[in-house]
Order: sequence, then structure tokens, then C-alpha cells
Amino acid sequence: MTCKQLSVFIENRKGTLSKVLNVLSKSGVSILSMSLADTTEYGLLRLIVNDPDTGKKELSNAGYSSLVSNVLVVKIPHVAGSLQELLEKVEKEDINIEYMYGLSIENDDAYVVFKPSDAEKTSELFEKDGIVTLTPEDLLKMKL
Amino acid sequence: MIWSEVETYSREKIEQIQLERLKETVKRVYEKVLPYRKKMDDAGVKPEDIKSLKDLSKLPFVTKQDLRDNYPFGLFAVPKEELVRIHASSGTTGKPTVVGYTQGDLDTWTECVSRIACMGGATKNDVSQICFGYGMFTGALGLHYGLENIGSTIVPSSTGNSEKQIMYMKDFETTLLVATPSYALRLAEIARSIGVDPTKDLKVKIALVGSELLTEAMREEIHKCWGEDVLVTSNYGMSELMGPGVSGECEYLDGMHINEDFFIPEIINSETGEVLPAGEQGELVITCIKKEGLPLIRYRTKDITRLIYEPCKCGRTFVRMENLSGRSDDMLKIRGVNVFPSQIEEVILSFNELGPHYEIVVEREGYLDKLTVKVELNVETDSFKELENIANSVKSKLRIVLGLDAKVTLVSPNTLQRFEGKAKRVKDLRSK
Repeated sequence: MTCKQLSVFIENRKGTLSKVLNVLSKSGVSILSMSLADTTEYGLLRLIVNDPDTGKKELSNAGYSSLVSNVLVVKIPHVAGSLQELLEKVEKEDINIEYMYGLSIENDDAYVVFKPSDAEKTSELFEKDGIVTLTPEDLLKMKL
Repeated sequence: MIWSEVETYSREKIEQIQLERLKETVKRVYEKVLPYRKKMDDAGVKPEDIKSLKDLSKLPFVTKQDLRDNYPFGLFAVPKEELVRIHASSGTTGKPTVVGYTQGDLDTWTECVSRIACMGGATKNDVSQICFGYGMFTGALGLHYGLENIGSTIVPSSTGNSEKQIMYMKDFETTLLVATPSYALRLAEIARSIGVDPTKDLKVKIALVGSELLTEAMREEIHKCWGEDVLVTSNYGMSELMGPGVSGECEYLDGMHINEDFFIPEIINSETGEVLPAGEQGELVITCIKKEGLPLIRYRTKDITRLIYEPCKCGRTFVRMENLSGRSDDMLKIRGVNVFPSQIEEVILSFNELGPHYEIVVEREGYLDKLTVKVELNVETDSFKELENIANSVKSKLRIVLGLDAKVTLVSPNTLQRFEGKAKRVKDLRSK
């Protein structure tokens, strides 16, 4: 199962990040996880939020370039080597991981956000192997 | 529709009118405008030396500096009491340039703009919304009187309060828009932001744009925003010469017809001042031959163009000037290379991934000039690769067009400055 991720193009200068966050907070969009990657001039803020579509709409109205895309939120055991094991499975199928970031860590398990080159194929692969991917509903239930 | 029969006169007849009016103007200016009389004396030329149109090249040039040196009324050919109107340029550097009109001048102006409005497709049935700033600037009142003269309904909405502008357009069913090219784009942007689609919800079918140069790419962009069936024509003028109405495009969009019974155009090499043969590109020089208040002779416009004498399909015989390729004083010299902002604009507008607004910054780093072009991102993406590809493609296209390396900076939509009057998109931060 895939979940929606909200990405925002932001210029790399003082104050832009807080302006974007302000738009989201005003529209009641809450952030479950985020990753911020940057170059010298601009960055991409990638967010897992409770309501990506509202976030996207409000950001567009405020004049930001944003995008909703599909990612996988994968549950892996919180033990050494489990992430590597997962990656090996993906690599064997010739799927590329464009980027990934952590979502949360519980006592026994951890969650990572995956952006594979082919989200559907990866999702099927995980399902077959009994690897748990979260649904948008699961995300909403997560207490962070 | 062709407004005046004069616009279709034979070359012979036009030149006859020009020579007659030129002789009269030179004589009058020599008698009444002391600074120009001195210039003529210094050049050793007398009014009676003007026997043919060719003799025009014997006369000295007038520049913007002459207007400043004789601020405010020193170059006027009539006593102040005969003036009925004064306009002035914005004067961003030092004193403004002041121009004055007699009643006869205003009538000439109205005639000139009426012709240009008709060339651009205007009729008495149009509702003309004038989105030029009213005031000392000649643009708004110039178009106002011309469009009113042909019987169209004027909505003098001026600039600013853009949301209300859209409301007027919708409620008054505006069919003709007068604006700078960049403000035309801005208005479309505002319309969309309040849920009005200019191509469906508005009735604008004619756009008379001026006061900034109109590149073909900009024309296309206006079509994209306002609809493919809108007739977008550019018109040309400057307050020193009269205001708008010196020339304008007809529906064939192949150069702007100059009102030759009022203005004689020449093209010169802007460095040597030498007159260039017909068809060559250079600086446009204009002589006013029917002005009373401020009859400038051989005024150097600093605009770069070319004259086209071949007959036009529209039936008008007046010479056409090619749409401007830049102004000699807009030209940037970057690392020894001549760059016109319009060249950069053409490149930017050729990318769908970018918005039409941009900013050009020139700085000096050490001993080197550095050119940065800021552009607004017009795509939604989650990929650095795509962002880099866009910036690199713009960069390599700029390198081909300019022969220069530029830094391309992508910024968020709606963050660069918008302009209601003339756009000021170039920031030259090099100390002069």
C-alpha cells in the first residue's frame, strides 16, 4: 500500500521554511515526518502529513510549488541489519531507491519512508514477502 | 480599418509633404529655439540649406541630455502661454524631461493615436480599458484621446487595484485592453487568482500594448493568458516626440507603421552618427515635422530597429519599423559581450517549465562580470534531477543565444517583483 507524500520547493534563504510551515499549521495540516534536502540555492521539503491534499491546495494558494506523490511507509524490525535486508530485496528486483527517510521508532519496530523508482512494483514485492507497509489510515492513527 | 487616406499616399506624395513640413519646421526652430539655433550655427548649416529630404543629415542631433540641459522649457518653440498641456518623463536619473503641447499638438496626437488604434483593430464599438498609469506619463492620456476620438467607450482604470480592474473588465464587458506587456500578464495572473479565466470569462479581443518592447515570445505568452484569438499589437512612441502614436502594428504584425506625415525616421550607426542605408539595423532617429510646442529635430531615440519600405499587405504605404530589438541604453556589456535583456527574455519564455517573470542581476566578482538570471518555477516536482535539468537547459540555451555563461536561479512562483508600468527587470550592481 502506498501513502501520499507532500513535497514543497523552497528557496534556500532565511525564513522560507517557517513561512511554509506557517501555511500548513494555519490550515490544520500536521506533520508526521519530514526530510529536508538542499542544494546551495533551493531545497525540497518532503513531508508525511495527516492531510496532503489540503496541504497542497493551501500551499498553491500561497504561491508555493508543491507536489503530492506516492511513497511507501515500511515497517521493519528495530534490529541491526533489518534495513539492509530490505534494501537487498529491492535491489534484486532492479528497483532504484530515489531517497528515503525515517518516520518513527517504536519499541520493537521502526518505520521508514521509501521513494522507489516504481512504487507499485515495490509495494507488491513487499506484500508478497509479508513486509508491512502502512496505509493512509494507519498513518492517521499513529500517535507521535 | 484605415483611419486616414494619408496612410495610403504614394511615396512621392508622402515625401513631398515631408519636405514641405521639414523646411517649415527647421526655419521655425532656427528662429525660435536658441539652443538649437546655436547647434546649427556651430555645424555651419542654415535653414535654406535644407532643399531635399537628404539634406536632413546635415542637421545636428538632439539628445535627452539637451532636454535636461534646457530644463524645463528651453527647447520649446512657443511661449508658455500657448501651451495647453505639460507632461514629463519619470526622470529616474536626475531631472525629468518636460514636454509641452499646444492645442494643435494635442489634435495631431489624437489623430496619430486614432490611426494606431485602428491599425490594432479598434472600432467605435469597443470598450477600451486603459491600464496605463494616468498622470505625467504620456501613455494613458495619449491612448485615451485617440480611442475616444474613434468613438470607443473608455474605461480609464489606470494601474493598481488590480482586482477591481478585473471586475470592471467583467462587468463592463471590456473588449480592448491597453497595458504594458508585463502588466497584461500580471492582470491575467490576478484574474486567475480570483477565479476568473480571461480566455472564457472575459471578452477582451484586442490588446494594444506599448511602453515596453514586445518580443514575439512575449506576444505568445499574452496569447496563452488572454486567448489565441486576441489581436495583440504593439505601438511605439515616447514623450519627447509626442507620446504613443509615433508608430503601430497593423493586423499583419510585421513591423509598426510610422506616421510619416508627422515624423521622419532615419537609422544611424549609434557610435559614428552616420546615416545607414535603408533596411539596415541601427539607432532610430526621429524628426518631428508638425509639432508646435516642442518640435525636436533628429532626436536620438536610442531604440534599435530597422526600417521596412516594402509595401504592407494592409494597404498602408507608411514605412514600417521592425519591433524593437532593444535600446542602446538598455544594452548590457557583460564581459565584453553586448547583451540585450530582450534576448534573455526570449530564452526564458521558450520554457514551459518557467513563468514569464524574471530578474537579471549583473555583478562584479573580482575582475569578472557575473550574470545571474532569476526565474520562477512553473512545474510541480519532487526531483532534484528535474530541477537541475531545467536550470541546465536554460543555462545552455542562454549560452547559445548570448555567447555567455549565466547563473540560473530557480525561485518559487509569484516571488519576483511584478510591475504595473514599465518593468524594471535588470539590476546592474557593478559600480560604474
